Amino acid sequence: MVQATAHPAPVPREGVVARAVHKRYPGPRGVQALAGIDAEIPPGRFVSILGPSGCGKSTFLRCIAGLETISDGELLLDGRAIDGAPEGVGIVFQRDALLEWRTIRRNILLPIEFAHKPVAGYARKVDHLLGLTGLREFANAYPRELSGGMRQRAAICRALVDDPTLLLMDEPFGALDALTRDQMNVELQRIWLEVRNTVVFVTHGIAEAVFLGDVVMVFTPRPGRVAEVLSIDLPRPRPLAVRESPEFGRYVARIRTLFEEMGLIDERARA
Amino acid sequence: MGKDHLSAVAAGTFSTILVLLAWEALGRLFGVRPILLPLPSQILAELAAEWWWYLGHAAYTLMTTVIGFVLSVVGGVLIGALVVGSRLCQRFVYPLIVAFNAVPKVAVAPLFVIWMGTGAEPKVAIAFLIAVFAVIVDTIHGLRSVPPDVMDLGRVLRGRWYDFFFKVKLPSALPSIIAGMKVAISLALVGAIVGEFVSSQRGLGYVIMSAQGTFDTPRVFAALFILALMGMLLYGALVWLEEHATPWRAPSEY
Repeated sequence: MVQATAHPAPVPREGVVARAVHKRYPGPRGVQALAGIDAEIPPGRFVSILGPSGCGKSTFLRCIAGLETISDGELLLDGRAIDGAPEGVGIVFQRDALLEWRTIRRNILLPIEFAHKPVAGYARKVDHLLGLTGLREFANAYPRELSGGMRQRAAICRALVDDPTLLLMDEPFGALDALTRDQMNVELQRIWLEVRNTVVFVTHGIAEAVFLGDVVMVFTPRPGRVAEVLSIDLPRPRPLAVRESPEFGRYVARIRTLFEEMGLIDERARA
Repeated sequence: MGKDHLSAVAAGTFSTILVLLAWEALGRLFGVRPILLPLPSQILAELAAEWWWYLGHAAYTLMTTVIGFVLSVVGGVLIGALVVGSRLCQRFVYPLIVAFNAVPKVAVAPLFVIWMGTGAEPKVAIAFLIAVFAVIVDTIHGLRSVPPDVMDLGRVLRGRWYDFFFKVKLPSALPSIIAGMKVAISLALVGAIVGEFVSSQRGLGYVIMSAQGTFDTPRVFAALFILALMGMLLYGALVWLEEHATPWRAPSEY
């Protein structure tokens, strides 16, 4: 087979493809959230979307989830325009959105119930996910009995239970303390290495984005655009110590430079 | 139900007994005439002498109260769900309900006697009408306060509307609905008594009205004692329900 090199590149048949995606919120004080996002998220890739607060990265993720409609452009999942929530998508929010009246096991089974699949057939799947996230003893506990990190692990299990081809994560560890966050980064990588689906991971943490991503997509401040796409060429599984390596440092330095150029970091201000 | 409840009930019983003893003592000390304020001992003697007769009337009032209450819960949740679920209902039906609630239901009671006669039906209807609004309001509040993340999750999961309604929205509104039920049960009892005041040959409201006609004050108080006890038991039943229907929540205060 000959590799196609023609321009413009043919639209991939799979994964997420964004072409000049615009998002304006209606109203007199209508905000322009996204101003021409061009992006390709190939299947099986872990893509970190990194940007300052309010840059529209979450909006972009919500558009992919079908929770927002785009104002202009083209947004495709596996070759089809996204209109409403697409099939085969799992989502994790910053807050876990667990249902307080359901045990952890029944929370995780919620997507199965919504899909009208036989719950009994997923008992082993749930056990496996609980084992993977270290929640096995908490299967029959209520969410309020769990710590923030454990609740978010349960939310990840719920997002994964129906084998989504696309996992959307909207600042999932943003509400956790730094130590728990590190721990969750390691665990998420371990889980993903087993599942190997497509992940869109929205964050404003530079280290987190580089540590987890195959690719880091850096967004400009609002209105959001893709400033740069970095391929992170670090072998997996990556230990936390990789963050002290010179290669890691170079990626972080590059992103910092980008943020400085956008006027987001100004060292003179501190002096 | 646990130690907390038992001690709360014990403390409440203790203070009630204390008040009754003080009433008895002060009444004897000042020689208050029974026609104005009978002594607790006289009231209890009245109850003991004709307990079977009182039980019959109490059962009747309890029945109309409970039927009116159950109807108000079913109707209130249904109306609340419709108002939240449909823009049309919200814009056209809800203002009607609010306007109707502004009319004192007690004033409507005689109308129900004209429409429904002097049986149990008008009492149930009035109990329902007085109680239903509390359930409607709290149902709406509960259904509207589902966290945005949970709403989004529901959309991403792509279920049918009834999956989302019965598995997410309704349970998440349940604590609020039960809070409305706690208000409604007391109001339903008020409605039943009002109905019996207007026209009746049975029930504690009838007992009070007929005893008033003969200045039989101990009998009025006997009925009031039963009503107080009944109100507390009904409310207690709802506290019990609250804890068993919403075990994930920390227990509420009385």
